[in-house]
Amino acid sequence: MNARRRLATGLGVVALLGPAGLSAQDTIPPTEGVRVGITYTPGLRPGMLVLGGARRELLDSVRAMVQRDLDYSDRFEMITLPGSDSLVVGPAAAGSGTSGGRPFVNYPLYGALGADYAVDVADRGDSGLVVVVYDVKGRGVRRAVRLAVTDVRDPDFRLKVHQASDELVRAAAGSPGIAATRLLFLQDDGRVYRIDSDGADAVPVTPAGVKAFSPVWTPDGQRVIYTELPAGRLVVRDLQSGRQDVVPPTTELLNFAPAVSPDGRVLVFTRSGEDGTHLYAYNLAERCCLQRLTAGRFSDNLSPTFSPDGRRIAFASTRAGAPQIYVMSADGTEPELFAPFDYGVTGSSYAPEWSPDGLHLAFHREVAGAYQVFVMDVASRTVRQLTSAGRNEDPTWAPDGRHLAFVSNRTGTRQIWVMDMDTGRVRQLTRQGGTRLPSWSPRLSLTMNH
Amino acid sequence: MRRVMPIVWGITVLGVAAACGGSPPPPPPAPQPNPDSLARVEAARRDSLAREQARRDSIERARREAEERIRRMREDSLAVVRRTTEEVRGMLAAMIHFDFDKSDIRPGDAQILDQKLAILQANPNLRIEIVGHADERGSDEYNLALGNRRALAAKQYLVSRGIAADRITTRSMGEEQPIDPGHNEEAWAKNRRDEFSIVAGGDVLMKPPGM
Repeated sequence: MNARRRLATGLGVVALLGPAGLSAQDTIPPTEGVRVGITYTPGLRPGMLVLGGARRELLDSVRAMVQRDLDYSDRFEMITLPGSDSLVVGPAAAGSGTSGGRPFVNYPLYGALGADYAVDVADRGDSGLVVVVYDVKGRGVRRAVRLAVTDVRDPDFRLKVHQASDELVRAAAGSPGIAATRLLFLQDDGRVYRIDSDGADAVPVTPAGVKAFSPVWTPDGQRVIYTELPAGRLVVRDLQSGRQDVVPPTTELLNFAPAVSPDGRVLVFTRSGEDGTHLYAYNLAERCCLQRLTAGRFSDNLSPTFSPDGRRIAFASTRAGAPQIYVMSADGTEPELFAPFDYGVTGSSYAPEWSPDGLHLAFHREVAGAYQVFVMDVASRTVRQLTSAGRNEDPTWAPDGRHLAFVSNRTGTRQIWVMDMDTGRVRQLTRQGGTRLPSWSPRLSLTMNH
Repeated sequence: MRRVMPIVWGITVLGVAAACGGSPPPPPPAPQPNPDSLARVEAARRDSLAREQARRDSIERARREAEERIRRMREDSLAVVRRTTEEVRGMLAAMIHFDFDKSDIRPGDAQILDQKLAILQANPNLRIEIVGHADERGSDEYNLALGNRRALAAKQYLVSRGIAADRITTRSMGEEQPIDPGHNEEAWAKNRRDEFSIVAGGDVLMKPPGM
């Protein structure tokens, strides 16, 4: 099931040992705690081999990151070798790393190892590092990505490598990966942190001593909006400058669970007060025009999410009793029950998030006393359950529309996990303390790296 | 020192006048003081001084005692006020609790709210805040809405019994501020609660009649 190929080689003999794969430390077999509607057949994904080469700190770091990014893209069968020193499969053996001459690319060997693509990280001297993806069957360079890093201590090092990885994924699989993204989450010290998509480099983004809640990204990836408790106000924080604004500027009520329209102009958020809990819209671009979107008294309407075209808002509402998923127009009109449920049978449903391609809504629903992550197909309005082990909640989509991060207590504490919808593979993203309320960023550019 | 001078001068003048009187009549025999009567006078004088002193002392003592009594009374009544205020604050701070995912006031908790109602009635300047909390089992965001409903339920109870709505503010902390960090029903039951605190007018609190 874990469809990696372990390879043993000796004296030029290449042997395939079968599917007893090397499992990365932070992955678990997809059968554990996961049920997906799609049955994945191993072997349909292209084989990907990351070539070894000159042993230098910078090159090794880049190789390790690229290898992991390609793996976490879940688009490829990663071909892993038993021990990095036992075999060097790469142009280095034939003198790659020198700027002169064409590197020797051993297509027959890579093909024999099962690779459809081979990735090489090479130092081209004055022109810097370059990451090349070779098309093994087509016997040629598929794409070469220049990597402007000279030092692993460069504050942009990780983001630059992640961006190169995403380009490799685009070259080999047709659409970019999600390596150059980050997730926000709430740590049990009350602060919001951001973490790289590969689980490294967790950095606090809200001040110490402030109890934060429900962080989200703005669509440009440059700002974070979160609630400060107990004040209950929404704060917009510019990640680069650290500048903070309260939006809407003055309120004594409790404002939380924000969502920003895809064009970045409208903030929709949840406000709790004397009339219950309702959704409001605020014009973020012009800092004006607060407007209530949901009607009625004493019902709870919360956790809004925009459709990617910005025309509709999905949210959870108790208007018919137990919370269920509703959809309305962005101006608050035409609300309708969206995710199907049987009254008194289907469990309460919460925290919807619209996928970036608009095709799905992810949410969590109570099943036998615990929450499980569900995905609804928007066109057919059919739902399927993605998780079953422990309590799983608050899903958030990666920009590729196929990866979901969610909170799970399957290891005993609440941590954030990432699932690939297509393969059902699950990996643990966070490990420290207790983490929850994740929000996945858009793809990030270098100017956002602060 | 200066005040002594006129007396010295006076004596000198008298002496000079006597010396210049020519042949003066023989001076009358100097009256011989009767030692007994002197002693009596002296004793009487001393007695009178002592009595005077005693009288003064007793007045002073009485005054001091009276002051002390007043001070003690004042202190006692301050202590009473303080004690009463503390007691009323304690009653005011008593939490109410909720069933899982519910915001209805439990019948047993209505008494606790009735106590707060009486306190609010007896202390018209008192303003309070009610903060609703939830246990960790519900959804994180939903729990803020649930805590809001729980705070509103207690406020509604008090307002429907005559307390002005603007004397009570409400807030929710959802599951973000558990008082018991445990992960079992005992902890959850404690965490599903309303907390009550004084916003203004709570320096001196009167006990409601009959409490």
